[in-house]
Amino acid sequence: MSTVTLEPSIESRVHYLNVSYGIKSWLLTTDHKRIALLYLVSITLMFFVGGSAAVLMRLHLIEPTGALVEPETYNKLFSMHGIIMIFFFLIPSIPATLGNFLVPMMIGARDLAFPRINLLSWYVYIVGALLTLSGIIAGGVDTGWTFYPPYSSNYSHTHVMLVAFGVFVSGFSSILTGFNFIVTIHKMRAPGLTWFRLPLFIWAMYATSVIQVLGTPVVAVTIALLALERLFHVGIFDPKLGGDPILFQHLFWFYSHPAVYIMILPGMGVVSELVTCFSRKRIFGYRIIAFSSVAIAVVGFLVWGHHMFVSGQSVYAGLIFSVLSFAVAIPSAIKVFNWTATLYKGSISYDAPMLYALGFIGLFTMGGVTGLFLASMAVDVHVHDTYFVIAHFHYIMVGGAVMAYLGGIHFWWPKITGRLYPDGWARFAALVIFVGFNLTFFPQYMLGYLGMPRRYAVYPPEFQVLNVMSSAGASILGIGYLIPLIYLTWSMRYGPLAGPNPWKAKGLEWQTPSPPPTENFEETPVVTEEAYAYSSEEARVV
Amino acid sequence: MSEHQATSGVLNPLAHQFDDLEQQHDASYFGMWIFLATEIMFFGGMFAGYTIYRHEYFSAFEAGSRLLDWRFGAANTAVLICSSLTMALAVRAAQTGQRKALITFLLLTIVLGMAFLGIKFTFEWTRDWHEHIVPGINFAPQGETLKHLQDAKVALPHVELFMFFYFAMTGFHALHMIVGIGLLTVLTIMAKQGRFSPQRFNPVEGSGLYWHFVDIVWIFLFPLLYLIGGTH
Repeated sequence: MSTVTLEPSIESRVHYLNVSYGIKSWLLTTDHKRIALLYLVSITLMFFVGGSAAVLMRLHLIEPTGALVEPETYNKLFSMHGIIMIFFFLIPSIPATLGNFLVPMMIGARDLAFPRINLLSWYVYIVGALLTLSGIIAGGVDTGWTFYPPYSSNYSHTHVMLVAFGVFVSGFSSILTGFNFIVTIHKMRAPGLTWFRLPLFIWAMYATSVIQVLGTPVVAVTIALLALERLFHVGIFDPKLGGDPILFQHLFWFYSHPAVYIMILPGMGVVSELVTCFSRKRIFGYRIIAFSSVAIAVVGFLVWGHHMFVSGQSVYAGLIFSVLSFAVAIPSAIKVFNWTATLYKGSISYDAPMLYALGFIGLFTMGGVTGLFLASMAVDVHVHDTYFVIAHFHYIMVGGAVMAYLGGIHFWWPKITGRLYPDGWARFAALVIFVGFNLTFFPQYMLGYLGMPRRYAVYPPEFQVLNVMSSAGASILGIGYLIPLIYLTWSMRYGPLAGPNPWKAKGLEWQTPSPPPTENFEETPVVTEEAYAYSSEEARVV
Repeated sequence: MSEHQATSGVLNPLAHQFDDLEQQHDASYFGMWIFLATEIMFFGGMFAGYTIYRHEYFSAFEAGSRLLDWRFGAANTAVLICSSLTMALAVRAAQTGQRKALITFLLLTIVLGMAFLGIKFTFEWTRDWHEHIVPGINFAPQGETLKHLQDAKVALPHVELFMFFYFAMTGFHALHMIVGIGLLTVLTIMAKQGRFSPQRFNPVEGSGLYWHFVDIVWIFLFPLLYLIGGTH
C-alpha cells in the first residue's frame, strides 16, 4: 500500500459510484458493481446480527451452570447464530459481493448476462432475511440450523414456519446468482480469454455456481415438504405415521454438505489470486488448481452421508461415504500444496490481504485435517456432536471462508471504492483476528475430544478453563471484526486515492480505473496471455 | 428471460451487456437450460422420497395407486401432449415471423393448459375429496374404498403417505403449469404489440422450453402415480 499513484481527483471522472445519486439509483440499479455493494451492506449487517448471538452464547458459557440465559433461550441463540451465519452470511458472502463485482470485470464483460435477475436476487435475499428475522423477533426457533424433525415438525411450538420459509426464499437468491454466473462465464468472456486463461477466482466461482444451481433446489423441496407436513399434519418425516426422519437428514445434507463448498470454494479462489500476486510469481499448477475446484464440486455432492454415521444409516453406506469423504480431501490438499509451492522462492510481501491469505492456508489445513478425523467412522462415533465438530467447521468457515472474504475485501477495496485504507491498521486487525480466532476455537477441539457435547447450555465444571479461554478469544475476535468495519468506512471518504492498480496485480479488473466506469472498460479488452504473468524482475519497488 | 423484456420493442433488441444478438440469444437459451436443471433437482427430491417410500411400503403404495382414477390422468396426458405440439408450433411461428399464427398457437396452448388444470382441480381433486382420500385434512376412506384397502391388508397411514406424495407432486406440477400459463399470457400480449421478430424471439423460445419441461415432468408422474399400481 506504499505506492500511491497520483491521478487527478476521482471526483472529476464519471464512474459507477458517482454516475447517479439518490436512494432510487441504488435500489433500482442493474449495475453488477452496485448490486455487489447492496449485498455487501446487507450481509455485513447479518454478520453482526449472527455474531451478536455468538457473543451471548460465549458469555453464557463462562460459567458451568450458564451465566446469562435460560436453557431454552440458549437453544434459540445457537439456532439463530447458525441460521443467520450460514444462510444469510456465508452462502452469499464471497459470491454475491466479490463475485458480483469481479466476475464481469475479470472476464472483460460489461455486466452479468442477466442484470435484472441479479437485482432480483438481492430483493429475494432481502425478503428471505426479513422473514427469518421476523421469525426470530417473534420468538425464534430451537431447531438448530439444520431444522431436523422432530425438532422442527409438528412437535415444535416455535416459529419454525416463518424462519424456515425465510431460508427457503433466500435459497432462490443463491440459485439466481449461480445461474447468472454460469451463463456469464460461458457466454461473455472477452476475446482471447480462453478457459485456461481465466483467473482461478473465476474457476472457483464457476464450481460454486454449479453447486448453488444443483444443490439449492433440493433443500428448497425439503423445506417445502417439511412445511406441508406441518400445515397438513401428514407424516412424511414422522415415524409414527410411517414417515422417516432420516429421509429429511439425507435430503437436507444432500444440499447442506455441498453448501459448505459453496462457502469455501470462493475463498479458495480468492486465496489463489492473493498468493500469486503477493509472491510476484506465476501460480504453481494452474490447471490442476482449476480442475481441483471442479473436482470438489463434483465429489462434494457424494459425501453427505458422513453427517449420518450415527443416525441409523447402514454401516456399508457409512463405509462408502467415509471413503468418498477422504477422496474430497485430495483436491483440497492439492490446492494447499500448490499455494505453498507458489510461495516457494517468491518475493513475498506481507500486505494485509496476504496476511489473511496466509492465515487461510494454515487454518484451512487444520480444519481440513480434523475433517478427516470426522470422516473416519470409528473416530466420528467418539466425537460426533461434540465441540470437536464445532471447532472443525469453524476452522473451515471462519478460519477459512471469513478470512478469505476479508482478504478479498482488503485486496479489491481500492478497486471497489477507489481509495486506500490505512495499511498499519489493516495488518493489525488481521493479526487480532488470527489470534482471537485461534484462542476461541482451538480450546473447542480439546473440549470436544474430552467429550463436551455441542448445543448444551451447561457443562461439567472441569471444562470451565477451556470454555473461559474460548469466550476470551471470542471477545478478541469480535474486536478484530470491528476494526476493519471502522477503518474501511473511514477510508471511503478520507482514504488516499488508490489509482487503477495499487498492487501492480495482473488481471483485467486492474486495467480499468478505480472505481471502474459503469461499463467497466472503455473498450472491450483483448486477452493475449495466460493469467498471473507475474515475474520477480518487475516486483514492486517498496 | 425477463432480461430481454427490458429492451423495449424491436427497435433496440440488444441489451447493453451483449456484443451482438447471437450472443444474447445464446445466453438466454443456455440460461433456460440451467434453470431447467434446477427444476429437475427440485422435483428430484420428491421423486427420491416417493421411490424410497414405495420401496418401503410397496403394497400400500400399490393399493393407494388404485384409489386414483387413471382416466383423469390419461385425459390430462393427452391434453398436455397436444399443448406441447401447439407450443412447438408457436415457437416455429415466432421464428418465421408469422404474428397471427404465433398468437393463435399461444392462445391454444393457454387453453389446453387451462383444460389440464380444469380436469385436475374441478373433476379429479373434487372426486378425491368426496372419496375422503386427501391426506392430512380429509383422509378417512369409507365403504368400497376402505374395503379395498382392508383386503389389501395395508396400513392406512402408509396409504396416506402415498396420497401425500400424489398431492405434493401433482400440486407442485400444477403450480408450474399456472406459472407457465402466466408466462404465455405475457407472451401473447407482447406478440399482439408486435414485439417479436425473426431476430428476436428468445422469450417465446425460452418459455417453450419451460413448457415442454413441465409436460415431461407429467409424463413421468402419470405412470408413476396412476399406472404402476396394477390393474383395477
